This record gives sequence, C-alpha cells and structure tokens, in this order.
Amino acid sequence: MPLSTSSNFARPDDAFRAIVEAHRGLTEEQSADFDAALVLILANHIGDIDVLREAVELAKRRMIDGQQQQQQQQ
Amino acid sequence: MAQAKTLQVKTHQAKAQFGYRRHADQDRAGQSPAEHPVVVVGAGPVGLSLAIDLAQRGQRVVLLDDADRIGEGSRAICFSKRSLEYWDRLGVGDRMVAKGVVWSVGRIFHGESLLYQFNLLPEDGHKRPAFINLQQYYAEAYLVDRIQDLPEIDLRWRNKVTALEQRNDGVALTIETPEGAYRLHAQYVIACDGARSSLRQMVGAEFAGQVFEDQFLIADVKMTAEFPTERWFWFDPPFHAGRSALLHRQPDDVWRIDLQLNRYADPVVEKKPENVRPRIARMLGHDKFEFEWISLYKFQCRRMDRFIHGRVIFAGDSAHQVSPFGARGANSGLEDAENLSWKLDRVLRGTSPASLLESYHAERSMAADENIRESTRSTDFMAPNSHQEARLRKAVLSLAKETEFGKRMVNGGRLSVPCSYASPLSSPDADVWGGGPSPGCSMLDAPIAEQAYLTDAFRKGGTDFTLLSFNNGAAIDVPDGVKDVRIGGEGGLADPSGLVAKRYDAAPGAAYLLRPDGYVAARFRHPTRAAIAAALSQAQGLN
Repeated sequence: MPLSTSSNFARPDDAFRAIVEAHRGLTEEQSADFDAALVLILANHIGDIDVLREAVELAKRRMIDGQQQQQQQQ
Repeated sequence: MAQAKTLQVKTHQAKAQFGYRRHADQDRAGQSPAEHPVVVVGAGPVGLSLAIDLAQRGQRVVLLDDADRIGEGSRAICFSKRSLEYWDRLGVGDRMVAKGVVWSVGRIFHGESLLYQFNLLPEDGHKRPAFINLQQYYAEAYLVDRIQDLPEIDLRWRNKVTALEQRNDGVALTIETPEGAYRLHAQYVIACDGARSSLRQMVGAEFAGQVFEDQFLIADVKMTAEFPTERWFWFDPPFHAGRSALLHRQPDDVWRIDLQLNRYADPVVEKKPENVRPRIARMLGHDKFEFEWISLYKFQCRRMDRFIHGRVIFAGDSAHQVSPFGARGANSGLEDAENLSWKLDRVLRGTSPASLLESYHAERSMAADENIRESTRSTDFMAPNSHQEARLRKAVLSLAKETEFGKRMVNGGRLSVPCSYASPLSSPDADVWGGGPSPGCSMLDAPIAEQAYLTDAFRKGGTDFTLLSFNNGAAIDVPDGVKDVRIGGEGGLADPSGLVAKRYDAAPGAAYLLRPDGYVAARFRHPTRAAIAAALSQAQGLN
C-alpha cells in the first residue's frame, strides 16, 4: 500500500491540535525529544518500510523545496 | 577482529612458538622456482581453516606466515554456530567447544536497569550452541595441531611474501626468510594476511570504507567473578557515564571488557594501566583483577571492491573489515574459507571451470556488505554521529522500557548469522514451500538420534554435494558423486523429534540438494533425475 496523502482524519484540526498541545510548555530541547519519540512510535505503528521510506522522501522533499524558495527570495 | 589502530600496552606471552625450518624450495638457485597448486598466505584462523579444508579435499597446500608464533592477545573471542559446524568438518569442533565458554543469552542495560534480554538459540535440537567464546590463540593452536595430521599441508613459519607477479598460469612469489629470499610459483594464491594485508597492497587494490571516530578501549582481565556466562551490554552505565560498555566471559577466568571512549581521548593517556584500572574497578565493583591484554581501537568498516585479483584471492580481514560488535570479523572470514575451498578444489581438479571462483566473489562480497551494514548500524547506535542521532537513540532507549518495538530497535550489536546468498549457483524454487531454508541459505541442523545430528550425517564421509531426501518409499535416482542422506525408510536416518521434517518443511518425497559448504543449491517437492542433474550443474558452475 503506498503512502496515503489524502486526508484521513474526520476532523484534521483535532489531530493537528493534539500535536500542538503536546508541545505546549516544552523547551526547544524537550520538544525535539518528544518529536523523536513520536516519530518512532508512529513509524512502528505503520510497520511498513516502503510507506516509511515514502514518508521520509516526502518530508525531505518539502525541506529541499523550502531551501530553494529561500534561496530564490535571497 | 577488525582493528584500525592497535596500541598494546602489555602483550601477553606467546601461547605457542614455532621454529623456522629451511625447505628444499629454498635450494633451487639456478633452477626454476618450485611449482605449487595453492599457496595460502597468513596462518590465522581463516588461513589455517582454509588450508585444512583444502587438504581434506586432497589438495597440497603451502601455508606461509611471516611470524613464528601465535597468541598476541585474545583478539577475536566469539565463534558462531556456523563456524563451529565448519570446524566440526575440519575435525577441530569438539576441542573448540570443550575449551570454549558456551553462551546464548545477552542482556542489555540502560543506566542501572535491565532493558531486555535475548536468547540467540531459543530452540533445542542443534548440535552446536549459538556461540562459544574462545581466545583466538586457542583456536589457532588447535588448528595448527590439526595440521600435524595432514601431510598435504606444508606450514612455513617466518616466510614473508615480499613481492608477487601475476602470470597467465599463476603467481610468482618472492618470499623472505631468516636465511634470505627465495621464489616459488603457485597456480593460486589465497591472501588471508589480515586487515593490514601486504598482498592487497601488492596487487594495488583499494580498501575503502568508513572510519569511526569514537575510540574503544578493549581490556581482557583475569579474575574470578560471579557474573553469569552471558553477554552484558550497557548504554550509559553508572560506572561509565554517557558511554557504552560490554562484558563477556572467556575461558580461564578471563573477561573481555569493551569501553567506549570520548573521540577526543588521548590514546597515550587512556592506554596507561593506571588510568584503565580505576575505570574497570568501577565497572566490576572491585579491583581484584589482572590485565591480560589492553588495546585501544578505532573501528573501520571497509571492503575490497573485488575479492579476486587475477590468481590472487582474498579471504577474511584482508578482503573486508568490520567493527567488532556482532562477531562478524573472524566468523565471516571462516565463511569465506568454507565458501572458497570446495570451489578452488573443483577448479584445480578441472571438474569445474575457473569461472566458478567468480561465485566466491559474488557470494562473499554480498555477505561482506551485509556484515558491514549490520556492524555500521550497531556502531552508529553506540556512538551517534550527531546531536539528532543521539536524540533518536535516547528516544529508542526510553521507549524500550515499556514497549516491545523499542526493545527491538535497541542495537547493542546484531550477532553473526549466515548470509542468504542471491547466488548464480542457486536454482530458484519451482515448488511452493511454507518454510525451510530456501536456495542460497545455510542448511539447518536437527537431531537424527540421541546425541547425533543432521550436520554429523552431512559431514560423514567428507563433504561433497549431498542430496538430503525424505523417504516416501520410492528410490531417488541420485546422480554420481552426490552423497545420499535419506531421512526415513529402510536404512535411512531417523527423525525422532520430527524436527528434520519440520525445519525443512518436508513432506515425504521432498529433497534438498546441498553444496559442499552446507548451503542449499536447490530443493524439490518431487525430484526428478533431470531436475537434480540440472541444479547440480548450475551449482558447479557448469552452465
């Protein structure tokens, strides 16, 4: 099964909010630790190395696009 | 064990010393050099085992070593089930196991608490344990003893190869001895001369890979201790904050201790016994121990691009180097030896073309890649390369306390298991199998009687191609020269626990074609003579 990028939550705002709230009150360092743990938990739940690799690709591509945009603006 | 940089502060005394003896090959001034079929360079575990294997197949072997003794420190200490099964075939398995410390349980700690434990051989019905720990010098000494029974092997100490010249029909070697240099000519030269291989330099081959910046202190200490016979690994132990540590038992009340050091640690300072002692005393909770060996390492993971250079073939650390976490150094070298010897024997006899040797490179370089990948991952987990890698590791270690998936992500070394080859020698499955070793995998052991095992039956009468079949009353037409090992039926072997059939997913009538190194070449639900013959040709490189 390929990575699903269609909207899977009935209420996407609830999902976004749940993650945002989890970070409230954390220092930068604690937030980063939290994210690391959350990523590993979700990756294991997905349990499909191909889907994980696709997700990594998508996230990576976003970063590269962002860098290029920044460079163009400069 | 792979070592990039060794700084020994105290060398244990040699365990055995051998005399240099002049050979008639050195008295051929004015004549052409002596001709030999095979010269093996390097009398370490790999070179010794390879020489014995070739000799048992009837080949004459000249084995050269530039030293005249064995026993400079323990070095490799973990020998795998696969290696022990190979040594059984070489006639030294019992001695290794009798002296070795048998273990299969490992524990991983984080700080003060146990994260999890694993058992590498959780099932019964195998002749050999998952691992034994045995100092390399014992292994070498037993192999040298075995060589005394084999007149085919001509072991020459203090014979150092100083030059080689590739020719169409072989290799010309120049060899330096205490009485001067001499030359000889070999059809094939096998370089088992270790990580700093001089033969590798002589053929001009690169040895590329990754260097790990973290330093590790390895100490063998002698003490009587109450620790169980298990592999204990700590992340961030109370006695060595922020780093990792390993404790492992060897014979003779010797314990192997690995301590990860700061990558900026000064080796000259760190290696001093007065600095090592308090650190280990903190770990053990007492200082009633003596040092056997202390060494400081930086690890490298690297391999040669090609294991075969003309008629010079590389095996063991000369061809590939890994970090030690996973016991993949000496064990993979021994797998090289068992992979190469039957092929070289066939090529020397002319029963297979020289191209069969290419499968040695294909299979063993694939195994080297796997070993490098596994040991690199372990080393990276122990010594994270960046702040973020350290953060991810911290997350894994914290998740491991309460989740199963976290435990399984903790990497304190993934221990050596035989590689599954995607091999040109294998015939792909034509039938449906629900289990059992597929073509390219190592055979599995199982009991065939009280205190007798399938690996015993495989080894009996020498190791050639073997058809392991499961009786259904009809006789199988076994090709000439293929050994017949039959389970069940009149004159067949018993399967008292049913484990042979289970581990091979075998119904009556099924058959496995095993290579001389115990790997599966092909398997059949309903073998025909033609199918077996075709798989045999494929595995012998005749197609």
